[in-house]
This record gives sequence, structure tokens and C-alpha cells, in this order.
Amino acid sequence: MDLLTSILAIAVFAGASLVYASVGEILTERSGILNLGVEGMMIMGAVTAFAAAVASGNAVVGVVVGGLVGGMLALVHAFLTITLRADQVVSGLALTLAGGGLASFLGQRLGPGGAPLVGMVGPRFRAITIPGLSDIPVIGPAFFDQDALVYLLFLVVPLAWFLLARTRPGLYLRAVGENPQTADAMGIDVFQVRYLYTFVGGVMAGVAGAHLSLAYTPGWTENLTGGRGWIAVALVIFATWDPRKAVAGALLFGGVNAIQFRLQAEGTTIPASLLNMMPYILTIVVLVVITRFESIRKKVGAPAALGLPYNREERT
Amino acid sequence: MTDTAPIAVALRGITKTFPGVLANDDVDLEVRRGEIHALLGENGAGKSTLMSVLTGLYQPDRGQILIGDETGSLRPVTIVSPRDAIGLGIGMVHQHFKLVPTQTVAENIILGMDGVPFVLDMGSVEADVAALSERFRMPVPVSAFIWQISVGEQQRVEILKALYRGAEILILDEPTAVLTPQEAAEVAATLRALAGEGKAIIFISHKLDEVMTVADRVTVLRKGRNVATVDVGATDKHRLAELMVGREVATTIDKDDGAIGPVVLRIDGVVARNDRGIVALKDLTLEVRAGEILGIAGVAGNGQRELTEVATGLRRVEQGTVTVDGEDLTNRPPVRFIDAGVSHVPSDRLGRGLAGNLPLADNMAMKAYRRPPIAAGPMLRRDRMRAFAGDLIERFNVDTPGPDTPARNLSGGNQQKAILAREITAGTWARERGRRPVLIAAYPTRGLDVGAIEDVRRHLIEQRSGGTAVLLISEELDELMMMSDRIAVLHGGEVMGVVAPAETTIEELGLMMAGEMRR
Repeated sequence: MDLLTSILAIAVFAGASLVYASVGEILTERSGILNLGVEGMMIMGAVTAFAAAVASGNAVVGVVVGGLVGGMLALVHAFLTITLRADQVVSGLALTLAGGGLASFLGQRLGPGGAPLVGMVGPRFRAITIPGLSDIPVIGPAFFDQDALVYLLFLVVPLAWFLLARTRPGLYLRAVGENPQTADAMGIDVFQVRYLYTFVGGVMAGVAGAHLSLAYTPGWTENLTGGRGWIAVALVIFATWDPRKAVAGALLFGGVNAIQFRLQAEGTTIPASLLNMMPYILTIVVLVVITRFESIRKKVGAPAALGLPYNREERT
Repeated sequence: MTDTAPIAVALRGITKTFPGVLANDDVDLEVRRGEIHALLGENGAGKSTLMSVLTGLYQPDRGQILIGDETGSLRPVTIVSPRDAIGLGIGMVHQHFKLVPTQTVAENIILGMDGVPFVLDMGSVEADVAALSERFRMPVPVSAFIWQISVGEQQRVEILKALYRGAEILILDEPTAVLTPQEAAEVAATLRALAGEGKAIIFISHKLDEVMTVADRVTVLRKGRNVATVDVGATDKHRLAELMVGREVATTIDKDDGAIGPVVLRIDGVVARNDRGIVALKDLTLEVRAGEILGIAGVAGNGQRELTEVATGLRRVEQGTVTVDGEDLTNRPPVRFIDAGVSHVPSDRLGRGLAGNLPLADNMAMKAYRRPPIAAGPMLRRDRMRAFAGDLIERFNVDTPGPDTPARNLSGGNQQKAILAREITAGTWARERGRRPVLIAAYPTRGLDVGAIEDVRRHLIEQRSGGTAVLLISEELDELMMMSDRIAVLHGGEVMGVVAPAETTIEELGLMMAGEMRR
């Protein structure tokens, strides 16, 4: 494998969880709900997925459990922000903090017989080489020598895009996020749509966590997600709420990871901690660039009702 | 329209109460096929509530809704949601359009409709909509985004949306509020054509002229009750105004000729951008003299907001100068404008005009807190603040439980009076300092009832006659013609002309507002 291929392969592998989380958050935000709890849902997904996989001996069970846990946490956010109309930023931050704490706690006792999960080895997703396709130069080994959850993305991302752009439910979703008053007047159930896509976003964040604990860095350690949930939130803005662009963004961030590994492997003199900062610095740069051009941001399609609770009786 | 045409919809004895408010009290309404039926009344008379009952947004406490078929035989129906109403052929065009700006015309038209396939086929929807728009002669660009099209086109989209759903009964809420007179005439022609096809049109309005020219019959609501249903041919404006308000109304205002003084506010060659960074004022020059009202006419969004902000120091000027009474205040902070004697009655009462959650006293003292007696060194004297507010409440006839009531709990008219009291008082102090005061009033009577409108107009005229330079922005051309000494017409951030009311007509103003004429 030459250098480019190996960097691309790591970029895809590292970017997969970012794609899950950011595409999920895109769907949530398109409905007008900002969920900053991605980090919390992701880490809870990671710990419960690993625990379930260890308990059942089956990684797929782990993914299902992780996804459902993420979805359930998102429903808490939905209840607070949609039904009770609490502040979405505060609720999302609370979810991240609570999720992080709860995950540490559960990591201490979700192993067999209440043992800590840390250091335990469990089932994992292994790379499946697709014959033929993986022989394509450069991109073959990068895209077609990956695990099942990466392959699932080849289906999930186009579906998410198609749903948004070409279907009736997608039209409703966009209408609810842009102008809930209008959607309501047109007979669309704003609450139902917002609950549904907040849940879907949570499930995808949970699966993102599962990919970390069952494939990318198999096992459980404290702070396993390491802020990837926040990178996913930044990616949503970077992708201008378009699932296709989220893939490009995730590959970029994954690529930065790959280069960082590569440099460390080459034995560079740059301190490792500095290299570890690279994805986060890139996040800041991306956010600065995008917010600097506020006018662009408005044009590129932040849902107009993002972050605003909807109340039928309230006059605007 | 004939009296023998079958009845399309009948409301019988509709009563609807909200906590503490009787919004509809035993209201009857009958609309025939092929008829344009106006629903006339002041704000709060119950027009919107009645139509919300008909469209399923509200459930009536008592009363019955009946729908007629082609032969006119009626059957009672229950409507518990907008969906039910649509199913019964009732379509509503809201005053604030229910359109999603980032979606296309065609996407908006099918939004929420039954029978739309899971995977959208926008091509065939666009063809259907185009056919419909051709049939009713309402041209719309079917594949354009809503934000790209004009307000007049957006309204056509709303009407087409109702027709696409098979509406036989079409309700329009203040359809001409945001249009130029010419666009309003087009809408009237469209409604006429729809009525000609046998549709029943209900047309909510508080503009008497419009009702007289467009409608066949008119039902007048006052304080939730149906006070009369009359043929338009058998009545006149004054009768309708009396029915609507319940007493005689002055449709003109007394105004002496006054002595017009020197130029006080001068805006010279100003270029400014709006919030989206687009040039909103293009080389704009205006002068307002002491003792005159300069009216600003124009369709909303043609630079009015930016003009008020430039004239009060709230928006940066890129080129040109703003001078007040000879003092160059270009790009100086708002406090310098206030010191120079510029008062501002903003269009957004509860946004920029008042802090809704604060007591009325604090709101009224917002231009007095820096001066004695309210300011005592760095401290505020609350007792004096309350006394100050109490005095203004009395003099300006503000209806409030007291100075401690939060401003948001007041009615719109009383909020406006509170703002006027504060701003006019600030103007008086400016005069004491030897400055010539300027009063900038943006849409000061919008959304107020007739009584409050009279009060607001009287205060503005008083200020003018007392030597204040008044800049009045309004979307009511009648108001501008009645109040102004001169009228400047804005279009696309430019002044299309400055005319005296006596030397122009509504039609001419309309052409200038549309940018088709300069004077």
C-alpha cells in the first residue's frame, strides 16, 4: 500500500463515526432542533454497545443496543425542548455532560458480573475485503477493505440525501425546520416530525459510538469519543446541512487523523500532543471561516427555525 | 352575483370565548357561490376568530357550520382541523403568507397535501401548477424559490395553493395589505374572475375603499357581533365606517397651514446596506423642515427601515451625510442623535420601542433617566420615575392599571401612546436646549384600532404644528395624503419623487411605488 492509499484508508476508517454522527445531526437540525448532546449520546452508545457485545458475544447486538441508547437519550432532549420548550443549547449541553459522566460510571460495572469494562476484549467488527472492488488502485483498498459499519454508510448516506431532497417526508422535514407555522397550517404534525428526527439523530450518534468501541478502537476506555461528537456538530455546519458534504468533511477530518498517525509512526520531532490537537484546531478554523462569512452561512441553508421552540398559540 | 345563487357556506350562531374575551358572540354569516363577500371590522372585532373557526383552527363553543352543494341544499359539518376544512373545499390565504422561502413554488403548493407520492415527481406537479396558473391567469414561476419572487407573486402562489387543493370557498385575510395599488387592482381582478367561475370568496379587510370597490356584499363585525350584512350597492363609506366603529368617525383631520421653517433633518446622498449586506439606500437625499410632516410612501422593504435607522444613528452610512439642525451626525452613535433632538417611534413596538417585560415606568423613563430629577448622581430615583410615568400616563391618556404594569401587557394602541409620550417629551427637552426637534415615526398607526389611530395622528399633527420636523413612514396611502405636507416615494432605496398631496393622486403614488414613474 502506498502512502496515499494508506492515508485514505485510515481517513475512511476514522471518518466513519463522524459521518454517522453528523448525518444524524443534520437530520435533527433540519427539523429545527439543535442537539448539542451528540458527544454524550455517542459515548453512551459506545459504552453500552461494547457492554452488550461482550454480554451477548455478538457485535451486531452491540450496535443495535448502542443505537437504541443514543435514540433514547435524544428522546429526553426531544421531550425537554419540543414538549416543554426548554432552551435547546442548555438541554444539549446537559446531555453531553450527563452522558459523559454516566458512561464513565457504567464503564466501571457493565462487564460480566458487574466487572469494569476497561481492558476487556470483546467481539468486534473486522475488515471484510470485497473481492474485485478492493483491487481498484488507490481507492480500492481504502473503501472496500473496511468493516460492515463502514459499508452500511454506503447505503445510509445516499438514502439520507434522497430522503431530504426527493421524497415527501423529506419535503415535510425541510418545511418543519424552515417554517413550522407554515408546516402546521398545511396539516403537517410539527411535533411528530421533530420527535422522529431527533430520535433518528440520536440513534445515529449511538451507532457512531458503537463504531468506535466495536471497530475503530475496540474496547472501552474513559473518554473514548475524545470530542468526536463536537467535531460532528461542527461538521454539520461545514457541510451546510447536506449529508453528501458531511462525507467530504468527515474524510478531511479522518485524513488529518491519518496524517497525524503517519507522522508519529515516522518518528517526527513534533510532540504527539501537538499532533493530537490537529483535528480540533481544524474544527476551530472551519467554524471561524464559516461564521466569518455569515452571509454565506445564511445562503447555504441553516434551517431558519433552528433552535426555536414551536408553539402554535404564540404569535410571531 | 345574484341573490338566488346557491349558498356555499353558512355560519349560524357562532360563539367563541377565550379566557376573559368574548371573541365571537352569536355571529351569522352566509356566503353565496359567485359572490365576493367582505368581512369588515376593526382589529379585535372577531374577523380572524370567525375565519379560524371556519378553517378548523378553533372550535366554536356554540353554533353550526353548514356547507352547501350546487343546488344550495345545506348540510351541517364539523371542522376540527385545517385538514378537514381543506377536505370540504375551504381554502385560506393568510395575511402573513404560509410559504417556506427556501422551497420552490411547486414544493410549497404540494406541502402537506394528501395523495402526494412518497418519491416526489416535481416535473408533473410543476406542469399541473402551470396549467392551473394559466387557467386563472395568475402567472407564477413554478420552479423558482419563494425568496426569489415578488410579494405579489407570493400571494398568487397562496391562492393557487388553495385552488390546487380544490377550494370552492376561498378566504383571504387582508390580501392587499402588502401590495401596491396596482397589484391590489390585479388581485381584485383575480377575485372577480374566481367569483365568475362560481367560487365563493370571503375577503377580510378594514379598508373601506377596497371593500366598496371589490365586494358584492359586506358583513360588518363589531366587538364580536355581526352588526349588519348589506349590499355594497346600497351603502357608502360613511355608513360602513359608522357600523364598524359604532359612532361617527372623522375621515379627515383638521390641520392648519402652519409655518414651515428651515431644514432640520438633512439626508444627503446616503448609501447604506441592509442586514444582508445588499445596498438598500442608493444615493438617497431627503430634507425635512421644521413644522412639516414629510410622508414616506413605498411598498414595505424598499428602504424604509434603513432610512429610519440611518436617521437615528442605528445604521452605518457608507457614503453621504446625515445632518440635524446643521450638525453633522454622520455615523455618530444614537445617543448623539438623541442629544440633537431626534425622537424615534419605531415600527417594531415591542422589539425596539419597548422592553416588554419591564414596567411601563421604566419604559417611559428610557430617555429621562440620564437627567434630574430621575437621575440623582449615579443613582436612579424610582419614586420620581414612577411619578414621571404617572404624569405621562395621564397626559397622553394611556390606559393601564398603573406604571408598574409590564409594557407587554398593554394593548397595541396604549403601547404606542406610551412610546409617543416618551419621544414627544424628549423632543420638548430638546427644544428647551435650543434644538429643533425631529420626530421619526415608522408605521405609527399600524395594527391599531380606530380610536387609537385618531389619537396618534392628533399627536403627530400637534408636534408638526409646534415646529417639530416630522418624518412619517406609512403603508396607508390615505393616511399619508391626509397627514403629510409633502410625500416622498421610495422605490428600491431611491426617492422616485417628492410631491404635495394636493398635487398628486393615489394612482400616481402607486406608479411611483412600483418604480414606473419619477417626478
